[in-house]
Amino acid sequence: MRRRVLARLVFVSALVALWQAAWTAGLWSEVLLPPPGRVALWLGRSLADGTLAGATLVTLRRLVLGYAAGLALGLPLGMLTTRFRPFHETVGLLLLGVQSLPSVCWVPLAMLWFGQTETAMLFVVLMGTVGSIALAMDQGIRSVPPIYVRAARTMGSKGLHTWLRVIVPASLPLVLSGMKQGWAFAWRSLMAAEIFVTILTGLGLGHLLHYGRELHAMDQVIGVILVIVLVGVSFDRLIFAPAERALHRRWGTGRIE
Amino acid sequence: MSSLQGELQPSAPEKLVLRGVGKGFPTQEGTVRALDRIDLQVAEGEFVVIVGPSGCGKSTLLSLVAGLDRADEGEILADGVPVTGPGRDRMIMFQEAALFPWRDALGNVEFGLELKPGLDRRARAEVAAFFLRLVGLERFRHSWVHELSGGMKQRVALARSLAANPRVLLMDEPFAALDAMTREQLYGDLERIWSERRKTILFVTHNVREAVCLADRVLLMTPHPGRVQEGFPIDLPRPRDINSPELAARAGAITRALRTALEPATRDGMP
Repeated sequence: MRRRVLARLVFVSALVALWQAAWTAGLWSEVLLPPPGRVALWLGRSLADGTLAGATLVTLRRLVLGYAAGLALGLPLGMLTTRFRPFHETVGLLLLGVQSLPSVCWVPLAMLWFGQTETAMLFVVLMGTVGSIALAMDQGIRSVPPIYVRAARTMGSKGLHTWLRVIVPASLPLVLSGMKQGWAFAWRSLMAAEIFVTILTGLGLGHLLHYGRELHAMDQVIGVILVIVLVGVSFDRLIFAPAERALHRRWGTGRIE
Repeated sequence: MSSLQGELQPSAPEKLVLRGVGKGFPTQEGTVRALDRIDLQVAEGEFVVIVGPSGCGKSTLLSLVAGLDRADEGEILADGVPVTGPGRDRMIMFQEAALFPWRDALGNVEFGLELKPGLDRRARAEVAAFFLRLVGLERFRHSWVHELSGGMKQRVALARSLAANPRVLLMDEPFAALDAMTREQLYGDLERIWSERRKTILFVTHNVREAVCLADRVLLMTPHPGRVQEGFPIDLPRPRDINSPELAARAGAITRALRTALEPATRDGMP
């Protein structure tokens, strides 16, 4: 455990040293590449005056709401497409289309429909998430070995019980990786929406990034990018990784040796 | 109607009765007769083993008795009542253990009990633990499925079937994927559990020695179309040793009969 932490620390320090060296060499203009110290200074200042925490909270709120809406809509849709064939052939196709569309494409449409509002943000995140979550649910259910259902039926399970106690748990490994992918899509969609849509109800991380560009404040741009990476990694580590570990422990998967 | 028949019947009804059962499967070359006019009776407490080559319809027959599939013709009675679907009075075990990986061994055994009304959590755990002990796996109650060996998995599957307290156990080559040593241990366990808990067992296999080792009566099954041919009562004393010469002699006789029974089918199959 301590060796792992140490290895990571050394790796990150090496990256920062490389960055510092590149700046010292003066290969690029300072406007394009500020030194690590200046980015750290910006991070420190924005942390102190509350800008960073405020923007992160605004962004997280949108992300969680949009992702929750994506789950609430996507999971049942995925179940319906496996349960009813006509539904699979129609709505299933639509979901595939929605999933294949880069979510940033929804931004112009959302702006015209909803204006510069929170609804527009939510809409973009939802559209970016729902397809991949529904398709993952569909695929997860389709890959459940039929013998599980047969075994459950002989023990008296049927209908909703079979769904909740056999099919849904059996599909979890694939559904979880779909949820993780959906999360990544939600995160990307929201950043696209925040960079392109200026709204007055709250400045998110994407907006900070956008203003950083307008002001040619490269320390801010790089600083915000670092925060965005940190938020993404934290969610993976705090929410998805433990769930994945629990599934790996049960299924006996996840070890490569 | 059935109650009147019950009253008029001279002796106790058979546990399982199959009359004229037929089943076909559509394939690209037309319908294949998996089962053709099967007549079969299994008495209460009897251990019947059906032996036949792969593809003779053995598994299909068990699925029908389990109520997982429907017969095209004929009728299947369990305790005199027509089988219309799965029921806890008839539990089926497959070649794969089909245990649920998201539950530990105890949780798997508890699954069937959760659908029984009137059992609270504690009682369920107690009953499940009892059956795990019966198959010798109480130490592994909290093991995940992937941590168990093939033989242990089938033991848990057996405990799971027994926990529902069925009167009939349907076993579809449950030991076929196991090594010989593990299999022999399980023969002993199954024989013990069968006699202690007075179950009726209908077991299918392609292994003639296994059949002779376990059965009160061995039936031959031949394919194209699937038919049950001939019965061999096995009166060897129990517990039986699968490596004994008497058992080998019986198995030899049955293998010869099976070969004779298969010959016309093989000839028909030639161009």
